[in-house]
Amino acid sequence: MRLEQRGDKPKKDTLHKKGSTASQTAELDDLSRRAAGEFASRARRAGLVDVGYTTMDTPVGRLLVATTRNGLVRLAFPEEPEDLVLEELAATLSPRVIASPNMTDGVRRQLDAYFEGRGRGLRTRVDWTLTPPGFFRKVLEVTARIPFGSVSTYGQVAKLAGSPRAARAAGNALHENPIPIVVPCHRVVPSSGGIGRYGGREWRKAFLLQLEGATADAGGSPENEANSVRTPQIGR
Amino acid sequence: MELPPFQRLLDEHRLDVYRFLVAAVGPQEADDCFQETFLSALRAYPRLGDMSNLKGWLITIATRKAMDHWRSSRRRAVPVQEVPERAAAPIADGEPELWRSVGELPPMQRAAVIHRYVLDMTYADVANALGCSVEAARANAYEGRRKLREMQEAFA
Repeated sequence: MRLEQRGDKPKKDTLHKKGSTASQTAELDDLSRRAAGEFASRARRAGLVDVGYTTMDTPVGRLLVATTRNGLVRLAFPEEPEDLVLEELAATLSPRVIASPNMTDGVRRQLDAYFEGRGRGLRTRVDWTLTPPGFFRKVLEVTARIPFGSVSTYGQVAKLAGSPRAARAAGNALHENPIPIVVPCHRVVPSSGGIGRYGGREWRKAFLLQLEGATADAGGSPENEANSVRTPQIGR
Repeated sequence: MELPPFQRLLDEHRLDVYRFLVAAVGPQEADDCFQETFLSALRAYPRLGDMSNLKGWLITIATRKAMDHWRSSRRRAVPVQEVPERAAAPIADGEPELWRSVGELPPMQRAAVIHRYVLDMTYADVANALGCSVEAARANAYEGRRKLREMQEAFA
């Protein structure tokens, strides 16, 4: 027996409050991390993940991407603390929020292509749950149909959303957009010129418009833009 | 108070749950029990009323999974304690024989000893996980430890 071979009977109580050593804890940490990763896949296959999320690095910073079974539900810039975004999703959608690279795969690939300048626009299913039906939802749905490379104005968006005089309210709705970039609120600019304000920092709005080859004074709008190929397939 | 995102439970408590399961069912079976534990937890999570002790809740589920595992391995007439392929379960340094003896203890004592001496849980939390009184938790841990010492002396 090993205790004999060592030739020293343990004097201390070998069971009492013995912590495991640092290397054992590191090994367990590693094993449990792998098990947790495997758990995310199993949970998804079992249909138990209501919100799957991941983070990805892009030219406009690290984005948090969250999807439900119905589509992309939230996209957050790094200024919003990840913890708070996830807590908000847990409180409003479901506490079954799990880090799931698998569930967000499709969206990530599209965003990668978009930032690399491949393809014209994003075709991603959107889950509108975070914006309840009403004027704000209509504004975002109208905005989702502004084609890649075009811009519209707050006034035009308000009009298409059914309230022609509510340009300012339309701006507020866009500021609350839970899915920037994919619901392209950056394509809405003031009629007075310039690129206007942006909830996700104005340099990002300028960057995205430049990436799309849109100029801030171009007059494209959802009505007169007939190129349906470029229209994102969202808002259905 | 709202329930935190489930991922936070996974991040904060995966190590303790895993450590418990390695001690309770061995390194070979720990992974399966870990998956079952967290799948059960995730299934029940949205309806969880009391969220004051989420770690205790997870350890309770893990304890049930471990006890199920003990029972089913007995039913299958598998030797009570399979000798793990690894040299020792990486739960506590040295004395693999001693820890192998944990498998000889009756389930309540076995669980209580692991909760108390591997996870450093309070007797209140042990009682919670075992679904018994604090006195019973203390008695099970004490009795289990006494038997382990006896077995250890028999080895030496």
